[in-house]
Amino acid sequence: MEKFQILSKTDLCPRVKEYVVYAPMVARHAKAGQFVILRTDENGERVPFTICDYSRENCTVSIMVQEVGATTMRLASMKVGECLKDFVGPLGNPTDLSQFDSILLVGGGIGSAVIYPQAKQLKAENKNFEIILGARNKDLFFYLDEFKSLAPTHIVTDDGSIGTKGLVTDKINELIGEGKRFDVIFAVGPLPMMKFVAKLATNLGIKSIVSMNSLMVDGTGMCGCCRVTVDGKVKYACIDGPEFDGSLVDYDEAITRSSTYREIEQTHVCNIRG
Amino acid sequence: MDRVVMPTQNPAERIHNFKEVALGFTPSLALEEASRCLGCKNPPCMAGCPVGVKIPTFISQVKAGDMDGAYRTITIDNNLPAICGRVCPQEHQCENLCVRKVKLGGSVAIGALERYVADWALDNGVMPEKRDSNRFKVAVVGSGPAGLTCASDLAKAGVNVTIFEALHEVGGVLVYGIPEFRLPKELVKKEIAKLASLGVKIETNVVVGKTIFVHELLDEFDAVFIGTGAGLPMFLGVKGENLSGVYSANEYLTRVNLMKAYEESSSTPILKGKSVVVVGAGNVAMDASRTARRLGAEVTLVYRRSRAEMPAREEEILHAEEEGIKFNLLTNPVEILGEGGKVSGMRLVKMALGEPDASGRRRPVVVEGSEHEIKCDQVIVALGTSPNPIIKNSFKDLAFSPKGTILADEDGKTNVDRLYAGGDAITGAATLILAMGAGKKSASSILNQLQSAEK
Ligand SMILES: Cc1cc2nc3c(=O)[nH]c(=O)nc-3n(C[C@H](O)[C@H](O)[C@H](O)COP(=O)(O)OP(=O)(O)OC[C@H]3O[C@@H](n4cnc5c(N)ncnc54)[C@H](O)[C@@H]3O)c2cc1C
Ligand code: FES
Repeated sequence: MEKFQILSKTDLCPRVKEYVVYAPMVARHAKAGQFVILRTDENGERVPFTICDYSRENCTVSIMVQEVGATTMRLASMKVGECLKDFVGPLGNPTDLSQFDSILLVGGGIGSAVIYPQAKQLKAENKNFEIILGARNKDLFFYLDEFKSLAPTHIVTDDGSIGTKGLVTDKINELIGEGKRFDVIFAVGPLPMMKFVAKLATNLGIKSIVSMNSLMVDGTGMCGCCRVTVDGKVKYACIDGPEFDGSLVDYDEAITRSSTYREIEQTHVCNIRG
Repeated sequence: MDRVVMPTQNPAERIHNFKEVALGFTPSLALEEASRCLGCKNPPCMAGCPVGVKIPTFISQVKAGDMDGAYRTITIDNNLPAICGRVCPQEHQCENLCVRKVKLGGSVAIGALERYVADWALDNGVMPEKRDSNRFKVAVVGSGPAGLTCASDLAKAGVNVTIFEALHEVGGVLVYGIPEFRLPKELVKKEIAKLASLGVKIETNVVVGKTIFVHELLDEFDAVFIGTGAGLPMFLGVKGENLSGVYSANEYLTRVNLMKAYEESSSTPILKGKSVVVVGAGNVAMDASRTARRLGAEVTLVYRRSRAEMPAREEEILHAEEEGIKFNLLTNPVEILGEGGKVSGMRLVKMALGEPDASGRRRPVVVEGSEHEIKCDQVIVALGTSPNPIIKNSFKDLAFSPKGTILADEDGKTNVDRLYAGGDAITGAATLILAMGAGKKSASSILNQLQSAEK
């Protein structure tokens, strides 16, 4: 096997694929919550992806990729057996939920993939936890059986095509209303979702942790592209994060920063699609 | 006899391309300039060179037409002369001490001659000699000038060297920071090919402290050298700094240089501002300004002191002026203004120079009531950098200064046995030649330690 070879590529739902990549050095120290940065080819940009799973024995790292832009579409066109040009990691700090006894994991959209390694780890540590997964409709879920085998899993959709109709915040309110108690809510997903989950958590007097998916270049603290304001201070998602106290993040700033290249990206995508 | 001026690309033309600006000496210009050297018995210039290149010797060899000899003379002390000849601040170093400086037509163009010799060697494929003994194994972390120099000296002495680099390309600031029009990347590639010919193994995409840990390297290798630079950019700390359209110079230059965002084929995006403000006045600020100019912007440089205090190389300041960069001196930003999350302008104050501060430069003080606004659609902050905290956070045994730089002595020795460090990682952002000097010193002390342990 060659370095950064794509060993498998699985369709999880429309426009979302899981890739298993041969990367012995990354697999060796990878932990839940960390990410990699990859380049597909010589002209490729550097793009971060959260590590969704890893195997130290097989020397592999899995990432889950939604096809939203030029690079992710280029990736989708690569075949099993082909090699990525670059694949560096594990970057960022691992998730640390050790100080909490009862935990609520909340995943939105592709974010649900990202909480899978945390769920596996919490199960292995015999922690008390529950899971909420939210998405637009039933087609956007994957790993459901795996999640259910790990902990009580609640499903919410915008259109009610599976699980409860509504938002993840409604489900949080419902669980709390039933008398459930959590020390922390760990949320990963689109920025607006994390913003509202964190706000609700603060109102409920619960600590929240969110994982910031900022734009990045190097991932080593060299460019400052990934900066976010946390508690009024500038933090680098790649070296100080990616996880931060949800109640302290400036989400609105993060939302505008994340759309910096939207126009340019759109033209790139149009060129690819022709 | 006046100093020979190096030909350059015409400014009106070069602001539309990324090709090298300074074109180098022709053989006849080189000969003419070399014959200006007086061959002083006690050459003052050498005292100004941080690595002690034997300047009059190599220049006399150029005069005699012995290019190979000239190249060997330089490379005894300097492994990367094609690069140093282009980017060293010669006017503050060797050329500052040249006896011709004031009254004899100006200092000898030592940097330009160094470049001439080095380019000749690269064009003629002159390769360094290697001794085969392969007794020791040394890991070098970071592939900037410090790491490259240390690796090259060790490899020449017959050591098995592996370089670990975080990025996908080798060269540190030489590839991600300094632009193509000042330091062609082809040239850096050729220098690196020389390393490979010495048998140096290069592992890119390895972040030491994340992918592999320093203690693991110490287990696996006889010694470790850390040359991780000072890459973490500083910001102004003013309101509006995280608006979309505000870049650190490092991000801006990395997108353009390392990721080639100026080429159609690159997938890396960059915002092309129409009216760009660059904050700072060092080499990095000049590089950012001139890059923005080439991407089509009107560029204004904002600096809180005066022209005399600008820390950039004189040549860069001149080239920037020729290219139409506006200098807004004795001015300081107090806020970056935005509209809909994007940069729309900057609020500034005028400054005046007061009493000298700790650095010996006169301290800028705010002029009361001088607040004013200018319009712009992009801001690039070039205020300096400090070391990234990855090694510090992942290896608690190593001693650091409060500023986050690694503590090491003259020979690059740290408080941890067999662990050495040098370059910007120990000095904070400095110069290429100092980083190379540090890499060289560490290589020789590593050899000493390994050889004496063997006895
Ligand atoms: C835009 C710009 C222009 C400049 N112009 C000039 C000039 O004209 N003249 C001059 O003399 N100096 C100039 N300098 C300064 C000069 O480039 C630096 O002083 C010099 O490069 C320092 O060398 P270094 O080897 O210590 O570090 P660097 O060149 O910074 O190299 C460090 C390398 O280590 C890597 N690294 C960092 N952390 C890790 C890790 N944990 N694991 C693995 N690898 C890691 C980095 O990716 C990088 O490649 C300039 C700097 C910049 C940014
Ligand atoms: S991605 Fe460059 S500093 Fe974080």
